[in-house]
Amino acid sequence: MGRLSVNLCGIELDNPIIPASGTFGYGYEFAELYDINCLGTFSFKGTTKDPRFGNPTPRIAECKNGMINAVGLQNPGVEKVVSEELPKLKKCFNKKVMANVSGFAVEDYAYTCQMLDKEEQVGWLEVNVSCPNVHGGGMSFGTCPEAAAEVTAAVKKVTTKPVIIKLSPNVTDIVSIAKACEAAGADGISLINTLLGMRIDLRTKKPVIANKMGGFSGDAIFPVAVRMVYQVANAVNIPVVGMGGVSTAEDVIELMLAGATAVEVGAANLIDPFVCRDIINDLPAVMDKYKINSLQEIIGGCK
Amino acid sequence: MKQSIYKIIENIALTSTVFKMVLEGDVSDIKNSGEFINIKLEGKYLRRPISVCDVDATTVTIVYKVVGTGTEQMSKMPVGTELDVLVGLGNGYDLSLSGEKPLLLGGGVGVPPLYNLAKRLIKDGKEVTVVLGFNTKDEIFYEQEFKDLGATVFVTTADGTYGIKGFVTDAMKNIDYSYFYTCGPEPMLKAIYKASTTSGQMSFEERMGCGFGACMGCSCKTLTGYKRICKDGPVMKKEEILWED
Repeated sequence: MGRLSVNLCGIELDNPIIPASGTFGYGYEFAELYDINCLGTFSFKGTTKDPRFGNPTPRIAECKNGMINAVGLQNPGVEKVVSEELPKLKKCFNKKVMANVSGFAVEDYAYTCQMLDKEEQVGWLEVNVSCPNVHGGGMSFGTCPEAAAEVTAAVKKVTTKPVIIKLSPNVTDIVSIAKACEAAGADGISLINTLLGMRIDLRTKKPVIANKMGGFSGDAIFPVAVRMVYQVANAVNIPVVGMGGVSTAEDVIELMLAGATAVEVGAANLIDPFVCRDIINDLPAVMDKYKINSLQEIIGGCK
Repeated sequence: MKQSIYKIIENIALTSTVFKMVLEGDVSDIKNSGEFINIKLEGKYLRRPISVCDVDATTVTIVYKVVGTGTEQMSKMPVGTELDVLVGLGNGYDLSLSGEKPLLLGGGVGVPPLYNLAKRLIKDGKEVTVVLGFNTKDEIFYEQEFKDLGATVFVTTADGTYGIKGFVTDAMKNIDYSYFYTCGPEPMLKAIYKASTTSGQMSFEERMGCGFGACMGCSCKTLTGYKRICKDGPVMKKEEILWED
């Protein structure tokens, strides 16, 4: 193992850097910019059973040190993802990819995961029970331990691949939800999804975003991510994938000290498309600065 | 697409709210008229997408309107300031469909991307007519610049303080054209869509996240499927446009 490599649910990653779902498409837009095989892996665009256009525009709002999005899980549906997107992805990425799945009913999640389970390149299923931008699904599964556990159990039945449940920070007790997922068979937990937020245009006196509310992400949410990763990592015995406001190699190390085995980078990709490549290049020097020999050794190092 | 550092070599007011900025740097990735660039500003999280007005071997010119705190910040930047910019974004206009007598219609800050387009069409030997629409006389810019290129130029003002009183569609009625290209506010695009007697291309605007096709922040529905304004657009052909309301 190299000094940057980590083991995520039985699969070795060359480094812990994973572009987060919804900020990296199916990889090929970024493959035009740099060789994305430098990544640990990436989590592809949230995929649902049926095709979705998503929410009306405007879907994006600027915030201090962050942004709000209400895209609403736009995707071509799992069948087209398998038949059209994954073949394109395979041409530019030769490692295992993380498949991000969302749904509106327990059966939807199971159907989509079953379809993706057959795909050799899919290494992990990241099951999103935390999307704040769709009604009657998404986050509602992730705000209640029983519902999150039900989704976890249903997905585990249809796949042999590691299942990572992506949790919402918009809850009062994230630990109880993480524990319920672990008890239901989850192989890992990823967090945090976006924080529910809103902006109002002073001139029109109306919400900036057509959907009124959306998911707040970017630099500003990083301390929330550190806190929640720390809480969850200390409460479960399965790997935690940390994310939320990460944009530098220092942020990666901080989240790993909090307990993350790997780290997803989200909104930062939209501002600086080369950020993941740059973080990977920066990591060795930053590790040297803090006298860190290998990343695998520092996971959960903050007590 | 390319990310690079550009130096401001000019930043002047054209009207009380519209400014012209010339940036010097690597412009090799700017290929088509109608593309845009995405500018990182100190203290702002999202970049600011601004359409390209003109480009030469070493500089790119943008003409932008102060509409919020980001563009206000830009308007106060001194010459010599360095900016982190993504260039080579968006599809741009397709010149091959212009015919011999293309008509270019710009409304307000929709005018700038037509400048480089007019320049290229004239260089190709086309007989270019330009209609520039503004609300009032004080808002007019670039009339002389288009004339200097050799285009036939009409200016309309909604209040009649200069040129033809009315909207660009009022001028359009009396012009003989082979094809049209336009950029401006959506009500203007809709009016041109209805009034036009030929095919054409329209450049759209939307709030963007990334500006290069990753986030799906600026998606729209078209008759040929879902498109991203930033990557599959901002220019759409008349035949594919689907008005939603």
